[in-house]
Amino acid sequence: MTDRLLTIRNLKIEGRSDETWNPIINGVDLDLNRGEVLGLIGESGAGKSTIGLASMGYARDGVRISDGSVEFDGIDLVNASAATKRALLGKRIAYVAQSAAASFNPAHKLIDQHTEAPVQHKVMDRASSVEDGVELYRKLRLPNPEQIGFRYPHQVSGGQLQRAMTAMAMSCRPDLIIFDEPTTALDVTTQIEVLASIRDIVEQFNTAAIYITHDLAVVAQMADKIKVLLRGDEVEEADTRTMLSSPTEDYTKSLWAVRSFHRPEKPAIVTGSTPVVSLKNIDAAYGRVPVLHDVSFDIHPGRTVAVVGESGSGKSTAARCITGLLPPKSGYVEFDGEALPLDYRKRDKMQLRQAQMIYQMADTALNPRKSIGEIIGRPVQFYLGLTGKEKRKRVDQLLDQIELEPSMYYHRLPSELSGGQKQRVGIARALAAEPKFIICDEVTSALDQLVAEGILKLLAKLQDELGLSYMFITHDLATVKSIADEVVVMKDGRVIEQGGKSEMFQPPHHPYTDLLLSSVPEMDPDWLSTVLKERGVDNIGDAAVDKM
Amino acid sequence: MSWWLFIIAALAVVSVYAWVFRTGGRAIRPNNPFFRDMPFTVAFGYMLAMFSVFGAIWLYMQDGAVFFRWAVQGFIIFAIAAFAFRQFGRYVGTAGTRKLFRQMPLTASFGILVIIIYAIFAIFAGAIAPYGQEEILGAANVIPGGDPALGGDPLYPLGTDQIGRDILSRLIFGAQNTVGIAFITTCLAFFIGGSLGFLAATLGGWLDQVLSRAVDVLMAIPALIFALLLMTIASVWANELGIPLTFFMVLIIAVIDSTRVFRLARAVGQNIVVMDYIEAAKLRGEGLGYLVFREILPNATAPLLAEFGLRFCFVFLTIASLSFLGVGIQPPLADWGTMVKQLAPFINFAAFAPLAAVTPLLAAGAIALLTVAVNFVVDWMLHKSSGLKE
Amino acid sequence: MSSVLKIILQRLALGVLTLFIVSVVIFLAVNALPGDFAQSILGQGATPEAIAAIRKDLGLDQPLFTRYLTWLAGMLTGDLGVSFAQMNFQNSMGGGEMETVATQIAPRLYNTLWLAAVTAMIAVPVSIALGVLSALYRNSLFDRATNIFTLSSISSPEFFLAYILILFLAVLNPLLPSLSNIYDELSFAERFQRTLLPALTLTLVVTAHMMRMTRAAIINLLASPYIEMARLKGMSPIRVIVKHALPNALAPIINVIALNLAYLVTGVVVVEVVFVYPGIGQLFVDSVKIRDIPVVQACCLIFASAYVLLNLTADILSIISNPRLRHPK
Repeated sequence: MTDRLLTIRNLKIEGRSDETWNPIINGVDLDLNRGEVLGLIGESGAGKSTIGLASMGYARDGVRISDGSVEFDGIDLVNASAATKRALLGKRIAYVAQSAAASFNPAHKLIDQHTEAPVQHKVMDRASSVEDGVELYRKLRLPNPEQIGFRYPHQVSGGQLQRAMTAMAMSCRPDLIIFDEPTTALDVTTQIEVLASIRDIVEQFNTAAIYITHDLAVVAQMADKIKVLLRGDEVEEADTRTMLSSPTEDYTKSLWAVRSFHRPEKPAIVTGSTPVVSLKNIDAAYGRVPVLHDVSFDIHPGRTVAVVGESGSGKSTAARCITGLLPPKSGYVEFDGEALPLDYRKRDKMQLRQAQMIYQMADTALNPRKSIGEIIGRPVQFYLGLTGKEKRKRVDQLLDQIELEPSMYYHRLPSELSGGQKQRVGIARALAAEPKFIICDEVTSALDQLVAEGILKLLAKLQDELGLSYMFITHDLATVKSIADEVVVMKDGRVIEQGGKSEMFQPPHHPYTDLLLSSVPEMDPDWLSTVLKERGVDNIGDAAVDKM
Repeated sequence: MSWWLFIIAALAVVSVYAWVFRTGGRAIRPNNPFFRDMPFTVAFGYMLAMFSVFGAIWLYMQDGAVFFRWAVQGFIIFAIAAFAFRQFGRYVGTAGTRKLFRQMPLTASFGILVIIIYAIFAIFAGAIAPYGQEEILGAANVIPGGDPALGGDPLYPLGTDQIGRDILSRLIFGAQNTVGIAFITTCLAFFIGGSLGFLAATLGGWLDQVLSRAVDVLMAIPALIFALLLMTIASVWANELGIPLTFFMVLIIAVIDSTRVFRLARAVGQNIVVMDYIEAAKLRGEGLGYLVFREILPNATAPLLAEFGLRFCFVFLTIASLSFLGVGIQPPLADWGTMVKQLAPFINFAAFAPLAAVTPLLAAGAIALLTVAVNFVVDWMLHKSSGLKE
Repeated sequence: MSSVLKIILQRLALGVLTLFIVSVVIFLAVNALPGDFAQSILGQGATPEAIAAIRKDLGLDQPLFTRYLTWLAGMLTGDLGVSFAQMNFQNSMGGGEMETVATQIAPRLYNTLWLAAVTAMIAVPVSIALGVLSALYRNSLFDRATNIFTLSSISSPEFFLAYILILFLAVLNPLLPSLSNIYDELSFAERFQRTLLPALTLTLVVTAHMMRMTRAAIINLLASPYIEMARLKGMSPIRVIVKHALPNALAPIINVIALNLAYLVTGVVVVEVVFVYPGIGQLFVDSVKIRDIPVVQACCLIFASAYVLLNLTADILSIISNPRLRHPK
């Protein structure tokens, strides 16, 4: 085969921890032809990035390639000398990292970092490389392509940096680019723009690529074929359309199925009923920086209100106003029709108990020095006054409710639990106060899809059993679709639109809601092309937001 | 100038050897990544190390290098003791301590061994020491070893000092005095600095501002200088009030050192206070006492313990320096810093009576050995806790 | 640039304020002495007239606040007062030129600065080279050996290191003098030779600190994603260090150097005493022992100023070398 570019056979990689070498990758094969894009997907810890780096012949500190071969265009990268590898890297194989902000050197201008590889590898001289860089910036639809290169990384926004990094990877016209989760850290409206740019340029130069991500919908847009990984093993590989329509392995099927979890619609709210929590015209600020402007919405008993928005939209600040951590400048919060004191320190035990919170990062939400029993038992004792055997009984009950075996988990420390289990303990701690209302702050965004689905199902079950009300803060519209009854869309500290879920997901919407909804990648491989055709390349992402 | 020429020539010779080493290695093992990807600096390093080892062996053979031989022998003995101690720890004790010993580097087990020995001497000084610390026993004879042939006295294994007190006994009592006082001072510094630091971190606001600014100012004066200034004043007060100067010294060093503890405790506290579990506890309505003692403190023990070790070393060295300068622990209490100062002139006899120089170095060495030991343990603890985070 | 300038001016103002408060602390500390200066100068047998005269001489009959202002004004104009020792001497002997604290301190300050400069000249290049090397080859045998060596030399009291060096370099192998007798008439080479032993002692301590801090800063830097990116662009190891690591390492390294020079200020006291080096540290210790308050105050203020200024310099240099601050959005 003449157009075979990369061949990996029986790749085994080990990582060092506690003075021993433990396997990370247990024998993976991979083939890539020229101009082909392979999507590598899997949950965290699947070894995606490690394989990506290994295909450049590179292993991070504390990681080693223990067996197998990596052959790039006939060159054996595992046994090649450092000099041989250096001559290939940057010139024929390039890398695009997850965090562009951290991967650009803060001390040099973008264009200097762009020209470094072509000049050092003697592909072009500096002047023509600068010219070429401007051309690439233009192709990637960066604003102001002539000047943007002469800025320092910290003077450029995240989405733009990510495209500048793609341009840098393209600077020597490599045969292969490794994209390592290039859009994971970006908001959806920025993501779509970066995706479109990357796909364009890869197609234009007919570059082969390995696209690493955990997001199925993203990989569906980018890749010709998909390989699914699970804990260092390959699950299956097929071309994109086959993989999406008819996966063969159970694990792949379960990954696909996550996206189809939906709760049945609840009946409409009875008009005139008192909401559990009601925000009335809240204005709030951090110091002198205003973050919320005239925010009002209601949360009714037994219902879930999803508060949606991108980073910096003020959704978490709204939660801090409700809990009283950030007393609003004006406006107030009502609970069961009664106004709450603005500062949590002025609220009594009963008021504090009624509203509980579940956090995004279960790691920082649980005291690492306390056992699960102590963590859940404390609110039981604090609010309900139960001690001794009664307390233990109640904690056991709560552990049963979150589907953890009490006898196994009571004495464990948080560090001995998986991410999903920790999040469940966080839920149990909230339940222990026997509240009416729970704020869920991005509770699933740090979790893998399968685990997140379990948490969502658990929350739904608890709501049905206990009649809880949820305020569900999220940036992920798929989560909104699966669990919300009402939706509040926020942008720049204002409520843009609110209403029932079914109304919200049907046009006509506010233009921003429309943009937000249409920017969420879907599992259809033609989705990106369709959106681009409908809206036009210049009317997506930040450009579209700016026009509003 | 000949010195410089000699050094340059030596470097050139090592470079040549390094080049031969690397090229030879490549010729013999053509595709071995060890030689193939070896930078020249590494080859140079290997050769330099090789020559150093040869040089050390040559020096060891020389007749005149008495002290070097002692140093090497001491090093080997300590290494063996540390190794034996670690093996011992691996098979004796609870499952937890056995696991700890299994991952422990030799330096840390050496440190722990030394700390245990010092603790025993400090606690049981009265029972172990052959004579009293203030007893004047005989003529000054600083020759250690107790071998009459070399001029020693078998009654006093390490000799007697300039006014005829037994040096061994004074060294042992010195453990009690110097280490004990340093330990008390460190505890006091931790009590003051730690509690204020956590309070500042938890409460924030004006209290934090006032305390932090005050600490900034106190830390703008170098510790030893500030201690000397305050000791000057304290010495007048001590005379006036009839309170021992040592008491003032403990207070002064504790206050000066508590500023450093404050900084750390506040920083550690602030890192913990921003955690969501603290927010959850605050929103639950927990009081200040529960927050500090049940939520924050248990998570701060590891950094605080390491800091305790470092602070102890610092306090210990400050006290030793003050005593050495003559304003610290006051005679007739036996103290290592004072002993060094008083016995130091005997070093000048080393050229013709090597044994005479041993005595002053013993007290100084006793100080160094303990701080080195504590630092080894702290280094390991810090390494371990940073390794766990990754 | 304006935001950088603003931050620097803020730091400068803060530094001046700190120095001012430090002077208050030093002044008040001395005034916390019980009884009377005059009494303690002249001893118990002094006549009331003599005491009254001295009181007037020293301005002790003035209120505290006025005394502070006079003292501060004196300090700022270089008039550091007259030492008690001198005063006593003049009292008992009568007449004669009195040597002021300023004339007493000036040559010694010069000697101390010379010692610090010699130390820095040896220590800074050596420790930075060692720090970078052990960061590059971290966890190697070389790194472990330097770790043990530096930990040991940090842990040892300065006088232990000093006596070891004296033992090996002055007594057993008479290469250098064990007493640093320095005076004006010495030639540069002689001066350098006599300073070498105390400078080497200080070097041992300071190098260990500096090397460890440099190592930590470089390791921290080498772990950043942009260094990995440079490697993945196929850049040579030297280029990665020089072009990508060094510009960003400047701030932490400058900080390390300044902090350790500040540390020298403290270390100098003990070392000067061991080698009987005629610097300000020795004068300070001698004055502490005889409770010569004006000298103690003046030395203390000089040490504190040096310390504050060095820390301030470190602060400002690291602000200037930060590209994020130099090129604001």
